[in-house]
Amino acid sequence: MRVFDAKNTLILGLMGFGGFLLLWTLLAISGLIPSLFLPSPLAVAERFVYLLDNRFAGGTLIDHLWASLLRFAGGFGLAVVIGVPLGLLMGWFRLLDDIVTPLFDAVRFIAPIAWVPFAALWFGTGIGGPIMIIFAGAFPPCLINAYRGAKFADPRLIEAGRMLGTPDHRMISEILLPSAVPSIIAGLRISAGLGWQSLVGAELIVASTGIGYMMVQGQGNVSTTTVMAGMIGIGIIGLIIDIILRRTEEIILRRRGLAH
Amino acid sequence: MSRKAMVGAATILAALTLWYLLTTVLGVISPGRFPSPADTWSALAQVSGKGYANGVLGEHVLRSVLLVTLGFIVAVVTGVPLGLWMGWSRRAEAVINPVFLVIRPIPPLAWIPLAILWLGLGDMAKILVIWFAAFVPSVINSYAGVRNLDRTLIEAAKMLGTPFTTFVREILLPGASPMIFTGLRLSLQASWTTLVAAELVGAMTGLGRVLNVAQQDLYPGMILVGMIAVTICGWLMTVALGMAEKRALAWNTATQAGS
Repeated sequence: MRVFDAKNTLILGLMGFGGFLLLWTLLAISGLIPSLFLPSPLAVAERFVYLLDNRFAGGTLIDHLWASLLRFAGGFGLAVVIGVPLGLLMGWFRLLDDIVTPLFDAVRFIAPIAWVPFAALWFGTGIGGPIMIIFAGAFPPCLINAYRGAKFADPRLIEAGRMLGTPDHRMISEILLPSAVPSIIAGLRISAGLGWQSLVGAELIVASTGIGYMMVQGQGNVSTTTVMAGMIGIGIIGLIIDIILRRTEEIILRRRGLAH
Repeated sequence: MSRKAMVGAATILAALTLWYLLTTVLGVISPGRFPSPADTWSALAQVSGKGYANGVLGEHVLRSVLLVTLGFIVAVVTGVPLGLWMGWSRRAEAVINPVFLVIRPIPPLAWIPLAILWLGLGDMAKILVIWFAAFVPSVINSYAGVRNLDRTLIEAAKMLGTPFTTFVREILLPGASPMIFTGLRLSLQASWTTLVAAELVGAMTGLGRVLNVAQQDLYPGMILVGMIAVTICGWLMTVALGMAEKRALAWNTATQAGS
């Protein structure tokens, strides 16, 4: 019965996806919508393959994606390196928590994209500006989840550590951090998603390389296939980033399960 | 006043004093990089009185909020029923889900160039982009809301021959509404971010337009005013949605308790 259900789901799913592509193709080739605005799926696929080793807007699709990924790594890395330790420290030192929280709450509600003008003004439109915008998107979940995770630490462990005179830095690294790991990893996934999205926005507005820039150039040249190929590239990279983090999460959780 | 609130108030006060000292008294931060309180105030006065970037502040705010509201409503009206249907019917889920899995990884902001290509820089393009941005969270959370419903309740309703409309009104909507509202909150945030980004890319009026012109004019005071306006509007809309949620959910528990 179950096998039948799975098979049925697969067939229906293929029908749904096939129907979607068919509708798209029919709309495109019927001329109801000019192919300039709605190219057929095949034309988009062709363009995607073409862009893989032909230059558009200063580089191939791979070049642009690579430029974007490097920026992403910079902004996301900074957010993790600053956000996670700060979150843990706030979870341990009450005074730091009381000082940082109001400032953080005031800044957190600013949409990352609204930082674009200042980012461009302070760090330029090359690498620094976009990195700051990714940072603005990726930082809050890193900090919040590390902070919340630190609060999961077993109070008995903390009491025991206190009684034995454990220094602060070891309390944080050996009691708070291990308890916070699941929450931190969950935060990293949210943070990576927001960071990647902010990056695309930043590149649409200020950048001279990267996948977002390629799409803006495609839009300027009324090349709908280029824009759609860019969307596919963004989707694929976003998916890969998420899969990598999800696997990391699984591995870490499994290891911890074995360790205990 | 609690210790926490006192430290918090002191911090904010210290930050504001530091802002004033660094920009105005000591001049460590140059006015070309970050505005002083006086610059910010004069920028606010300028955009409220004379206007900036084709309009006064009220017009920009009204324009942006109106567009977000329109796009958001279109997304909710189309997304929530689709999500409910996918949660209810296994067949609908099997057919529609794969298309969703393909569209979902594309971030909302990535639709902006396509929308501009299709509809230009006008209002329709903005509404289209907001619709794309807000549609996915509306669908997914409504769908999850139905999936989390109590199976026994559904079976009981079926067994008692509850008519479909009664079923939707008495079981489906009340049961799924907490998740639906979670989806609406995410949708609203996505809508607001996407609109500001779309206006930054190209628009005639709106808060994103203010930011864009201020960036080109190298006018830090106006950039800060624009950012603050974007933040306050986004926050107020979330608060308004939260109030609507409270009212809707209170009504639901009341009818459930009464019946």
